[in-house]
Amino acid sequence: MENFLLRNIDNPKSADISEYEKAGGYKNMEKALSMDADNILGEVKTAGLRGRGGAGFPTGMKWTFAKADPKFPKYLMCNADEGEPGTFKDRPILEKNPHLLIEGMVISGYVLGAEYGHIYLRGEYPEAKDILNAAIKQAYDKKYLGDNIMGKGFKFELSVHQGAGAYICGEETALIESIEGKKGQPRNKPPFPVNVGAWGMPTIVNNVETLSNLPYIMEIGGEAYAKIGSAECPGPKLFSVSGFVQNPGVYELPMGTTLRDIIFKHAGGMRDGKKLKAVIPGGISTPVLPETGIDCAMDFVAMPKAGSMLGSGAVIVMDESVCMVKVTYRALKFFEHESCGKCVPCREGTDWLRKILGRIEGGDGRQGDVELLSDVAAMIAGKTFCPLGDGAAGVVAGMIKYFKSEFDEHINDGKCKFSA
Amino acid sequence: MFNETVISEINEIRGKYPDRRSALLPSLYIAQREFGWLSHEAMTCVAKTLNLPEADVRGTASFYSMFKNAPVGRHVIQICTNVSCMILGAEKLVDIVGAKYGVTSGGTSEDGRFSLVIMECIGACGTAPAMLVDTDFYENLTETNILEILDKYK
Repeated sequence: MENFLLRNIDNPKSADISEYEKAGGYKNMEKALSMDADNILGEVKTAGLRGRGGAGFPTGMKWTFAKADPKFPKYLMCNADEGEPGTFKDRPILEKNPHLLIEGMVISGYVLGAEYGHIYLRGEYPEAKDILNAAIKQAYDKKYLGDNIMGKGFKFELSVHQGAGAYICGEETALIESIEGKKGQPRNKPPFPVNVGAWGMPTIVNNVETLSNLPYIMEIGGEAYAKIGSAECPGPKLFSVSGFVQNPGVYELPMGTTLRDIIFKHAGGMRDGKKLKAVIPGGISTPVLPETGIDCAMDFVAMPKAGSMLGSGAVIVMDESVCMVKVTYRALKFFEHESCGKCVPCREGTDWLRKILGRIEGGDGRQGDVELLSDVAAMIAGKTFCPLGDGAAGVVAGMIKYFKSEFDEHINDGKCKFSA
Repeated sequence: MFNETVISEINEIRGKYPDRRSALLPSLYIAQREFGWLSHEAMTCVAKTLNLPEADVRGTASFYSMFKNAPVGRHVIQICTNVSCMILGAEKLVDIVGAKYGVTSGGTSEDGRFSLVIMECIGACGTAPAMLVDTDFYENLTETNILEILDKYK
């Protein structure tokens, strides 16, 4: 498959508007602005586009809800708060192909009747901020943003809003709270953001990669797009591959490529001839899979059946030198730190899990600790305000499911055999 | 209080949003740039400029890890130790930097040159281990090149 999302990123000037236009950029926006918005929405539905942030919600359906709400103005928020550990797929778009995102946002804004867009960018991407701001300025100068875009009578204003280091702001209602200048704590739903979002108005929050697919759908049409990759959730997908592989990096592959192919065919297989031990397939909020579990198709439908989730498509590959207790402990340190504190099961539960895991890894584990971990995880799962708690619980449950013997060994031996 | 230039910078940001509170995060970044960290005085300036209750300003600022509630060194080293970086040796790098410059996580070296922050993921997992020094990205770190890089920051 030819790259679309990562098209031209090897060109050192790919972030410049003239290079982007030379490669056919903004042609799809021009085409879209000459079409009826409802027809484009029809194409998005035919394409079967699903949100690339992790939840995999059908984009066309989300947009239909937002369009049906009679309130104006509507706001389009691009979720560029890429914070899921292991994930770095949006970074090449933000830093090397920013005009693709801008073009996608104008098309989306046009479909939705949204005249205002904000890119909520994580604070840890200072380079992307400068690149995006420069790209937005170029787009304004070319009249691709602002009033009466390309003389087609559509107005779209776009700016960058910088986050400040809170993972939870990747959750859409927390993102909205944050952009409103508040602590990034998730809101109760319903009402959903498509009806009552930022500043009380209908708000559509879409991931960078999702919005960047819009020009492609315009280019090839919904029907052709729906033929790429998995039938139930088609399209190209960016996979971030890290850890002990020969060639870590971001790969654009058809949705549904197997985990085995991603690791061994595309990322060059294991580094230094080591043996694969485990894979976290979709960012650290997704349950781990053992070496025997990697023949699954990486998409939103197949991965839950395989016992994990596609998440953000962040594949973390581990060899036999990696201690799974230590990985779980580190993951829980993260969840505890990033828990927003709003609901008890997550705030207290992640703290408990982290403490128990810390003592097991440190050689002070007690008999019954593994059962206690499972117990606490079960008390969190399904009982929290937002998916952060579910993620933490799922990680612990997944690790115990496949690597319980390693936890037992730590407790029985009173030490971690991996730490020299 | 902020000088006129800063106030007009904040006012321009306010224009991008339907209400003034939405300019709070950008304004806190500006205050941090002006004062070096978010002191009581810095947050009071933000509250006055945006006409917001000081408690709202402080409550919001304290939620976000990139807003500093204490003075920091001339340069801030932010090393990622999340899973992808950890399995490729990030913790060792933290130890090396700590020993070389006499700085612990969350602390500042005695000469005020470096502050050290243990980061959650910074989105450089494919080129792990990685760090940010101020706003500069460094990737594929090793036990030797990390010290060579830091040596450039005086």
